[in-house]
Amino acid sequence: MQDTGSSNLPSQSDPLLIENGRIIDPSQQIDRQGRLLIIEGRVAAIDPNDGDLPQSTRTIDAANLIVAPGLVDLGVEMREPGFEEDETIQSAGLAALAGGYTSVLCTSNTSPPIDSPGAVEFVRQKAARAAGVRVHVIGCLSKNRDGEQMAELGLLAEAGAVAFSDAPRSVPNDALLKRALDYCRMFNLPIFDRPEVPDLANQGVAHDGRTALILGLKGLPTEAEDLAVARDVRLAEATSGRLHVGPVSTMGAVDMIRRVKSRGIDVTASVCPHNLCLSDQELRSFDARFKVHPPLRSERHVETLQQAVADGTIDAIQSGHMPRSREKKMNDLDLSPFGAATLETTLATINTFLIKSGTMNWLSAIERLSTSPARIAGVAGGTLKVGAVADVVLIDPNREWTVDGNQFYSRCNSSTLDGHTLTGEVAMTLINGETRYSR
Amino acid sequence: MTNAPTATPPIIEFPKSWTRRHLLDLESLDADEITTILDTAQQLKTLTNDCKSKLPLLVGKTCANLFFENSTRTRNSFSLAAKRLGADTVEFSSSGSSVAKGETFVDTAKTIEAMGVDWVVTRHSTPGTPHLLSRELKCSVLNAGDGPHDHPTQGLLDMLTIRQHRGSIKGLTVALVGDIAHSRTARSNIWGLSKLGANVIICGPPTLVSPRWAELGFEVAHHLDDILPRCDVLNLLRIQFERQKARPFPSVHEYAALYAMNGERMRKAKDDILIMAPGPINRGVEITPEVADGPHSVILEQVNNGIAVRMAALWLLAGANQTN
Repeated sequence: MQDTGSSNLPSQSDPLLIENGRIIDPSQQIDRQGRLLIIEGRVAAIDPNDGDLPQSTRTIDAANLIVAPGLVDLGVEMREPGFEEDETIQSAGLAALAGGYTSVLCTSNTSPPIDSPGAVEFVRQKAARAAGVRVHVIGCLSKNRDGEQMAELGLLAEAGAVAFSDAPRSVPNDALLKRALDYCRMFNLPIFDRPEVPDLANQGVAHDGRTALILGLKGLPTEAEDLAVARDVRLAEATSGRLHVGPVSTMGAVDMIRRVKSRGIDVTASVCPHNLCLSDQELRSFDARFKVHPPLRSERHVETLQQAVADGTIDAIQSGHMPRSREKKMNDLDLSPFGAATLETTLATINTFLIKSGTMNWLSAIERLSTSPARIAGVAGGTLKVGAVADVVLIDPNREWTVDGNQFYSRCNSSTLDGHTLTGEVAMTLINGETRYSR
Repeated sequence: MTNAPTATPPIIEFPKSWTRRHLLDLESLDADEITTILDTAQQLKTLTNDCKSKLPLLVGKTCANLFFENSTRTRNSFSLAAKRLGADTVEFSSSGSSVAKGETFVDTAKTIEAMGVDWVVTRHSTPGTPHLLSRELKCSVLNAGDGPHDHPTQGLLDMLTIRQHRGSIKGLTVALVGDIAHSRTARSNIWGLSKLGANVIICGPPTLVSPRWAELGFEVAHHLDDILPRCDVLNLLRIQFERQKARPFPSVHEYAALYAMNGERMRKAKDDILIMAPGPINRGVEITPEVADGPHSVILEQVNNGIAVRMAALWLLAGANQTN
């Protein structure tokens, strides 16, 4: 697959043995103590015999740590070019590594948008120079990201785009989405749609529920998402195209996705961690930190989403990293943009609110965070099979820490979980067998 | 409080139970606090000869109006309330000010505070802005209306008016009629009245009156004529054209036919019904001239009570700030 490549760290050509850790690899259904041998940037063996280890083998002691394929994210807003005050490819890359990610897909909503081969190439080169997390580029679905005509999807694919999307904007033009799904079959690349009907969303700032009613906030009704999901799954069926719907946040979305999957239709879905643990009650503080998209919804939706990601109806968890600068988030709820920094808290959030409560286990969590997104995006990662790139994360599942946005690597310090104590910390992130982050 | 020598007893006793430095909404106040403000307002109204004379309780203090939304009557009402009690006032409005130059509203407020003011009275189109200010400022913050969320002094002056006519609010049936969805007056009244024991009816077209109000335990009605015979008080909210993007009813003509308080409807109402409106009123839309100027209308009393309530609020908040 596509590697973004060079590192400015000295080439670690000696073999590396990660030992004493708990290896969790959903792609092989492995969850046991074991040793992982990495040679020349690829997984060479799990539990090699001592006699097979070269003399020069270095070791990393992963006692009390989980050893898993690095996390893969389906849509990180890296904000460069055009919005460097919010984030850069470098700062987002560092945040990703600190969050245990080894691959991220970079969204197309930059300025200029990623609708030309030159723009794709810019991001790829910048990411290569930053030598941080692997960055895969999402190209715009529509020219200029304006939702009217298809972008030059073929040329974007040739330049290295791995998927197409206008996210975080939705695709209100049904005919365009259908055409694009059809057209994309020749490239076998996925289209990502963030489902929302703009007229129904009607500039809402919070979930349209009891809390918005009491507080007098403009609401984002669930129908705005549900109708778009209905449209999406129907078009996916009609075109046999590769469509990924997400992030979703409603009971209605879950219900529809469950039903079409049971009919054998190939649609995938994702969810953001904030929709798995926080409700719209947070808006009572009127703090724009909680103005996130998809919006925080009421408890019923949170519970439904938790169940859906546990049983696999929702295939993947995506961070929803939507960084916005301090000044922008310091405003009132209407003026402040949607967004928060989430790369550095996603893994701990899932552990704290889903694994510790028994709703999920580590194997299924890593599946949703790594194996599944890698498969959906068609990029390397999500596996520790022999021969796979050695993109590995070492996780300390028991370390407690308190979220402080001001300590983030991300330029954005706005987090819905600021002040919360979470359990679970990234100890080390390796790409190609090289340590690119260490706590 | 006053500059009188200690030998003279105070003109008015400061209620020891009052501890709030800010007045941000009625939702968070309890029944006792609401009653304290109403009692204080009534006292001050009497002591100032129906809000006409001065009473030097707040001499040497400064009240800043920080209005990000158009308003003449509320702004002037707060100004007059401050001046009647001897305080100085200063006006900031968003148009032509630093806000137009890109300053955030928090920075604007902090700048004003740095000039040495004791209260910032603020009106803004977004809910929660006074709450955010109260976390950033050391002086007292008064909410003069934050979007559709709350307008505490409006709710209080409405309740004071009802109390003056009926003695008590408990057990009265009070209907709020009109654009509930976008109305801060409606919400303030809903919280205030229900805490003091009134039966609140929320009335208007379904597009403006969400069924969720019923889930919260309030009576919801869509036909004014059905509930009219039961009402002791009607509070007629103004249809807010400036807040609505997609019209929630087909025409003003239709709205008036269904909801306007006119002579014919008055004949079906109780003999002692009180007709209220937060103003400004649209004559011919939610109320006809005959009713607005008729014997049941207490609209102008509401205006006078507004000054009393705002005097009370300024004095109580200043007292709490001094204690802390």
